[in-house]
Amino acid sequence: MDILRFATAGSVDDGKSTLIGRLLFDSKAIFEDQLEAVERTSRDRGTEYTDLSLLTDGLRAEREQGITIDVAYRYFATPKRKFIIADTPGHIQYTRNMVTGASTADLAVVLIDARKGVLEQSRRHAFLTTLLRVPHLVLAVNKMDLVGYSQERFEEIREEFTAFASKLNAPDLTFIPISALHGDNVVSRSENMPWYNGSSLLHHLENVHIASDRNLVDVRFPVQYVIRPQKATDPAFHDYRGYAGQVAGGVLKPGDEIVHLPSGLTTRIASIDTFDGPVEEAFAPMSVTLRLEDDIDISRGDMICRPNNQPHVAQEVEAMVCWMTDASKLAPRTKLTIKHTTRTARALVRDLHYRLDVNTLHRDESATALGLNEIGRVSLRVTQPLFVDDYARNRLTGGFILVDEATNNTVAAGMIVEAR
Amino acid sequence: MLQRDYTTSQLDVLEAEAIHIMREVAAEFERPCLLFSGGKDSIVMLRIAEKAFWPAPIPFPLMHVDTGHNFSEVIEFRDRRAAELGARLVVASVQDSIDAGRVVEETGRRASRNRLQTTTLLDAIEDNEFDAVFGGARRDEEKARAKERVFSFRDDFGQWDPKNQRPELWNLYNAKIRKGEHIRVFPLSNWTELDIWDYIRREGIEIPSIYYAHTRKVFERDGMLLADSEFVTRDEDEQLVEMTVRYRTVGDITCTGAVQSAAATVEEIIEEIAATRITERGATRADDRASEASMEDRKRMGYF
Repeated sequence: MDILRFATAGSVDDGKSTLIGRLLFDSKAIFEDQLEAVERTSRDRGTEYTDLSLLTDGLRAEREQGITIDVAYRYFATPKRKFIIADTPGHIQYTRNMVTGASTADLAVVLIDARKGVLEQSRRHAFLTTLLRVPHLVLAVNKMDLVGYSQERFEEIREEFTAFASKLNAPDLTFIPISALHGDNVVSRSENMPWYNGSSLLHHLENVHIASDRNLVDVRFPVQYVIRPQKATDPAFHDYRGYAGQVAGGVLKPGDEIVHLPSGLTTRIASIDTFDGPVEEAFAPMSVTLRLEDDIDISRGDMICRPNNQPHVAQEVEAMVCWMTDASKLAPRTKLTIKHTTRTARALVRDLHYRLDVNTLHRDESATALGLNEIGRVSLRVTQPLFVDDYARNRLTGGFILVDEATNNTVAAGMIVEAR
Repeated sequence: MLQRDYTTSQLDVLEAEAIHIMREVAAEFERPCLLFSGGKDSIVMLRIAEKAFWPAPIPFPLMHVDTGHNFSEVIEFRDRRAAELGARLVVASVQDSIDAGRVVEETGRRASRNRLQTTTLLDAIEDNEFDAVFGGARRDEEKARAKERVFSFRDDFGQWDPKNQRPELWNLYNAKIRKGEHIRVFPLSNWTELDIWDYIRREGIEIPSIYYAHTRKVFERDGMLLADSEFVTRDEDEQLVEMTVRYRTVGDITCTGAVQSAAATVEEIIEEIAATRITERGATRADDRASEASMEDRKRMGYF
């Protein structure tokens, strides 16, 4: 059984909570005591139906205001797969939460109300999904029951969205007509829409192929931690020196020739160690420990890769950045801490090229700063070289966060473009 | 062309993620510690720590916040496991906090030391100058936890501010703090109860005997089966009954309920959990039933 991480975007009005509630309920991930608590609260508030959003809106402030503020993680499993849902609020003032939820997602479900069609917010959700390079996008056209299960309406929405998506360089795109309220095409195929030949949503989630979404070509091993037992219990490990980390790309094998960055020195992998014994190959997302044939001075923040396939060594970085705080703004000359893979350095914003309107995709080149939830293209100068790839090629070696040096808060997410 | 399908099983993905988180902490903090209660989640967390740094020993101490109201089987297990690993075990005692006048013991038949633990925990973090504290909490346990970060910031009062959490993207964790502040780290955030049991089975990990079905004298209170112990005062109408029970969670003996069960092996426990319709905290923890937001409120104050 493998794991699919998916993000859902939409507001309560789109039926998102109902949809998630149904997936959880039909897969038995909601328990009786949870349901009772939700029913009790719904009754206390005089709501006529059981408000399933109460299951996911866990914080007091969210229940008080009846809105989702933060990303909630929910879990369910079928015999085929384990699922992690990053349930994100859909409103524009929570763009940063959607960016967060999408950063680790294999797939995104964007909900569209069949009566309303493709709205500004649908376009925004699709754009953010694409910006974060979520490999699979599902457009769930919901409330089909309210449009008479009309094939014509579904096709209209599909055409309109497809035209928009072609501008986005959107990934694998799937349209599913559903009614979350009545369960049409959620878990099983709907009898109300015989014209629809595709999978139900759950069937699609269970079967969408994700193993090849990982980068298995470019070997990238950011060194996270050096393991040198000072007082190894077994004397055989007295001279042990291993480089621990999580594989960010490619497939590593013992005997492979590797190059160490920043030194440029080459050697070979002597063995790939784990607590459970050596392994014959390592690939993302495995956490392993490499031993090398030659002693090279290697520390945290360094990168191990193949001599004929190296990341860009960059102190000037071009990136799309989403600003995530209202306490300050991003503007040229802002100084921040950057964390990229296992390397932390200082960064200076050299230039803000434009601010992107996430609804219209219009580029505002006269913008002088980015505020909360705003996205723009920037140039950064970094105090130490980073070992980077285009985010489009590798999300782990192309993504970074920026941290405010005064407050220590994480203030931005960045995606590297045009690495050179 | 690739010759094989690089699919990774859910347990391998979760384990790799947890190892990554542990190594991040070891690399970025001066004085981490791992909360080890002898409960199943902390046992799994300890195994992950063993794996993350092998063949080196675990590079941080273990800490237990001891209410004094324990299951003796669990304390025995805690001490033995720490000794096997050669790990330093810090025991922070709620009784000491009471004796020092830091907290006042609750009175009455529902008296519990559950809330008092927070002060003991925060004092111990301060006294030992711990800057990162691993906890075994999972997001599937409780709805306030569903929104908590893997690296969860605590201010210099040890408090959690759910509305002001640091965004967490990809596998990049922000470890920046000032002196006096700390980070609670939850490497098992994405595990479910069933994942924990699947992992215990796969790894052949030993757990305290009270997780398996056994005969015990219990009485019913608020729909929960509480163990007979010197720390609980029973009402007259609360009759002791001998039953075959097991524990789904392990906490303070005064507020942890048993479930009727004949599951005597890990396989049988997994079958039972896969079929159950009640969450583990709903079934067994009086401390979570106090109000809709009781976990959020306790967490804000610095609880686990």
